[in-house]
Amino acid sequence: MSDVIRLSAAELGVAIKAGEVSSVEATTAYLDRIEKVDGDIGAFLHVGREAALEQARAVDAKRAEGAELGPLAGVPVAHKDVFTTKDMPTTAASKMLEGWQPPYDATVTARLREAGMVILGKTNMDEFAMGSSTENSAYQLTRNPWDTDRIPGGSSGGSSAAVAAFEAPLATGTDTGGSIREPAALCGLVGVKPTYGGSSRYGMIAFASSLDTAGPFARNVLDAALLHEAFSGHDPRDSTSVDAPVPPVVEAARSGEIQGMTIGVVKELDHKESTQNGVHQRFRETVETLESLGAKVVEVSCPSFDAALSAYYLIAPSEASSNLARFDAMRYGLRVGDDGTRSAEEVMSLTRAQGFGPEVKRRIMLGTYALSSGYYDAFYGSAQQVRTLIKRDFEAAFEKVDVLVSPTTPTTAFPIGERSEDPMAMYLADLCTIPSNLAGNASLSVPCGLAPEDGLPVGFQIMAPPLADDRTYRVAAAVERALTERDGSLIARSPYAVA
Amino acid sequence: MTAITRDEVAHLARLSRLALDESEYDTLAAQLGDILTAMAKVQEVAKGDIPPSSHAMPLTNVYRPDEARPGLTPEQALAGAPAVEDQRFRVPRILGEEE
Repeated sequence: MSDVIRLSAAELGVAIKAGEVSSVEATTAYLDRIEKVDGDIGAFLHVGREAALEQARAVDAKRAEGAELGPLAGVPVAHKDVFTTKDMPTTAASKMLEGWQPPYDATVTARLREAGMVILGKTNMDEFAMGSSTENSAYQLTRNPWDTDRIPGGSSGGSSAAVAAFEAPLATGTDTGGSIREPAALCGLVGVKPTYGGSSRYGMIAFASSLDTAGPFARNVLDAALLHEAFSGHDPRDSTSVDAPVPPVVEAARSGEIQGMTIGVVKELDHKESTQNGVHQRFRETVETLESLGAKVVEVSCPSFDAALSAYYLIAPSEASSNLARFDAMRYGLRVGDDGTRSAEEVMSLTRAQGFGPEVKRRIMLGTYALSSGYYDAFYGSAQQVRTLIKRDFEAAFEKVDVLVSPTTPTTAFPIGERSEDPMAMYLADLCTIPSNLAGNASLSVPCGLAPEDGLPVGFQIMAPPLADDRTYRVAAAVERALTERDGSLIARSPYAVA
Repeated sequence: MTAITRDEVAHLARLSRLALDESEYDTLAAQLGDILTAMAKVQEVAKGDIPPSSHAMPLTNVYRPDEARPGLTPEQALAGAPAVEDQRFRVPRILGEEE
């Protein structure tokens, strides 16, 4: 069993294609692994053993018939519970959707199936993807495999914990303000926010529609690229989907050649004072490594990034307050207090007060405030102007450099409970990731070592212009290769690694 | 400093269709005030004639072909409904007694 689990997703795909391992064997190994360790980790809200084995048998049968299999056919994947799945419940970790069985598949779900991938189950998350620690799930805590007293990041913390604990070789996530890159950084994984519109939002439960982006988690850069390619690309069912080919991310991940590239260090995201010492140290070392590999490194100033966090925490809640209006207790989901005496509006208000957790309520009210008459111009309007300035800063920077880099997060994984009563402290975890959501450009986090003071993983963020996602993979592959040559595999040092 | 009063919390809760406990008002008033004070930073930066951006990659007039395609059956559409009657969503009364 550990032989199969030790393989990368790319290797497993090759082994299945060659008939050395069956998809049923691989799927069974991962399901057994989940049974063994998920009691400690809490990554999954639902494990779909039967559905997974059925899909695995179908892939094995196709192979037996001589059909040509894709690179990830038969490979298991953990799926964030924000994507609808017609054969598994979908809750977005909210009591509002407890037990809901969607009647349709999200486009990302459908493409995983078309690629022959095996969905193991649905992963825990912050309720409606609002949070940076997965502590806002209405169902359970998820623990960081590197230190189970710490959070795995969020909102896609179930996905990051599952991959870091070797409960799945790959996982999906969604990133609205950093919800893939931050948990990837804190769990020692590769996590990618593709260009906005590069992956479909159809069937992805909406948080902030102008920011939400689906992307992959993996234990290495090539695996992330393969999953990225498998579920991305134009979707006529999402009107904001970009009608352009998927950037050549797999080729870039295999190359890792950065000779002659110009890399910009973002001055505003490289604060020694507000960044944990070990995070800052590993970040600077990695920049030096890239320079030694032949890249030209320059400092770039993006002055409006200082206001990005403020703009984000007005824009995202505003969109959320509108999107979450659909949870009205009428057509699906929870309904509370319908005893024949109450009006629809009273039932709606009671249901929403009971069905939503504290962070979701806070953001709905914040957004309602920012959009309300008398405050709209000062809050939502100003935030939209800042968004323009951030886009302009990126555009000016990308005239001079090929990619921009920064630490992914200001700190390593923090202890469970440390920030859960202090929303502002929690929001700071997204400081470095948010600008790319507001501007819609491609952005990726790759591990760059362990912080000396706590032995926890540090993430290195690489940002590229919209639709130049391949550049982020190229640089990430260079970082990964240099680090692995020097120290060996980073994820293999996780206490939950299968080596 | 953006201060939020209990009355404002009650008003926002009403607009948001959230039947909050009054015990939640004080906590939310303090938290929303703190958050909005920090987020008011946008007002220092956003000045003059900077155009607003509602979207990262603005697209306009995205149409799909007007073709019939399969939809959900009534059974599928109603499968998650809290209450159903005669192949319809059953909802609480919408109009008041006097209407």
